[in-house]
Amino acid sequence: MRIEIKDLHFTYPSGVQALRGISLTIESGEQVAIIGQNGAGKTTLARHLNGLLQPTSGEVRIGYWDTRRYSTAKLAARVGYVFQNPDEQLFSRDVHMEVAFGPKNLGYPKERVEALVSEALEMTDLLQKRETNPYDLSPTWRKMVAIASVIAMDTPIVIFDEPTTGQDAATIERIANVIRVLRERGKTILTITHDMDFCAENFERVIVMSQGQVLLDGKANDVLGQEEILATTYVEPPQLTRLGKRLGFKETVRNEEEFLTALQKRWRI
Amino acid sequence: MAIVNLHNVTYKYPLTETPALQNVNLRVKEGEFVAIIGRNGAGKSTLCYTLAGFVPHFFKGELTGSVEVAGMDASKSHLHEWVLNVGLVFQNPFNQISGAKYTVFEEIAFGLENIGVPRDEMKVRVEEAMRLTGISDLADRSPYSLSGGQQQRVALTSILVMQPKVLVLDEPTSQLDPIGAREVFGVIRTMAEQGMTVVLAEHKVEWIARFADRVVALHEGKIILDGTPREVLTSDLLLDKGFGISRYTSAARKARELGLWRQEQLPVTLEEAAEGFALTPNASPKRRCESK
Repeated sequence: MRIEIKDLHFTYPSGVQALRGISLTIESGEQVAIIGQNGAGKTTLARHLNGLLQPTSGEVRIGYWDTRRYSTAKLAARVGYVFQNPDEQLFSRDVHMEVAFGPKNLGYPKERVEALVSEALEMTDLLQKRETNPYDLSPTWRKMVAIASVIAMDTPIVIFDEPTTGQDAATIERIANVIRVLRERGKTILTITHDMDFCAENFERVIVMSQGQVLLDGKANDVLGQEEILATTYVEPPQLTRLGKRLGFKETVRNEEEFLTALQKRWRI
Repeated sequence: MAIVNLHNVTYKYPLTETPALQNVNLRVKEGEFVAIIGRNGAGKSTLCYTLAGFVPHFFKGELTGSVEVAGMDASKSHLHEWVLNVGLVFQNPFNQISGAKYTVFEEIAFGLENIGVPRDEMKVRVEEAMRLTGISDLADRSPYSLSGGQQQRVALTSILVMQPKVLVLDEPTSQLDPIGAREVFGVIRTMAEQGMTVVLAEHKVEWIARFADRVVALHEGKIILDGTPREVLTSDLLLDKGFGISRYTSAARKARELGLWRQEQLPVTLEEAAEGFALTPNASPKRRCESK
């Protein structure tokens, strides 16, 4: 499902101007990473997509729906949102109930709810923990419960707000796998992240935000190679991109495969 | 002189079967900067809680072995004594913010108020700490109106301002933007150079390699490696146990198989990687022709 944002401005009641003229189109089935310094407006932008925040001016369309005309409850059928802090969204007695809440609430038939819940629990490696109270799990597992509870809603658009925060390498790989599966299903995905290696290895399009505006928007290799511009919004290119630059590679590399190919090319083997 | 001395420490949380820490021996010298790495659930947070006195004083449970930190003994000292000597920055900044203060400035002063620091000194220390962590411009904002990363800097500042002898940090940069995370590592390094002892649990191996003196790898509650960043972060054992390693180390490992990494040591930092990869590889076409 397509997302269209036109000249979006948002000012918090405190007077902080968080968004200052954002225009973006994200096509159906696109996977986009949003990066940028703390306080750049990434989360504020994402919260406009399911109507948690309403534009001060400008508009946001989810499919043909203008978010000002539809409640968050209605938009929830189109936009799934995994919060940065899982504790803001977990409330059930056990993991199974937590994950079933969303699809049930959307009115899906019982069989479909069960199928979606089982699949979501499997994808997030939570099957063994289905009877555990989410608050008896570690924060990193609670984040996986939050992810499962949103993907079980089977919405056409899924937003992940810093999904890899505090996760170990194995869990980051599991989250990357969830995103791959959703991509194969044609979901539109928006992921806010500070993990540049995760961003480089899993997203084709990258949007860079700074002070409430879009600073860069394009193909991952084009965006992640612009070290000086990224530094203005406190972002550093991924490790291997920086290494490639240091070694004087002509092209921008962003993952191990591209790095090794460029290295072989350099020594002509 | 070791300021931290854990001897045969085994700890079980209440109502659990498996110990979260098993037979842990750790000595840390004054002014040393030690990084703790490990997978989720390895015991990193529990180790942080132990150093900060939360284990066993707050979490209860069953602790055996001896824990000595900054001259205090876990079996004898009370939590209020630990607070004066050891600062703990929580993994989740949302849990650290007191909820009792309206502004960031007051939030950071909260700890000093509680230990009765005079008003004038308090003001100077709060301003200095905020300058150090780069949040002076947030002074009048409500702690709850901040972004996750800004809150994390506030949480760190509220502990630094206490000037603890031992600073314990549980993933203090998890929500920071990339350059912000590197800067916070730099601030922590500076504190260590000024004599503060630092123990930091983190996943960001690139910055651990650059800033820490020593790395301890925890696996299933046990210390499996303890050494310099280079020794620990390039160990094959980390791969076997599913630890995250830097892209530099991992790319060099693959390159070595292709004959494109000729140094004996694998790199852990950008500088080491850039230096090693710039060397003409052994398997260059010319050399291969000569050997045939």
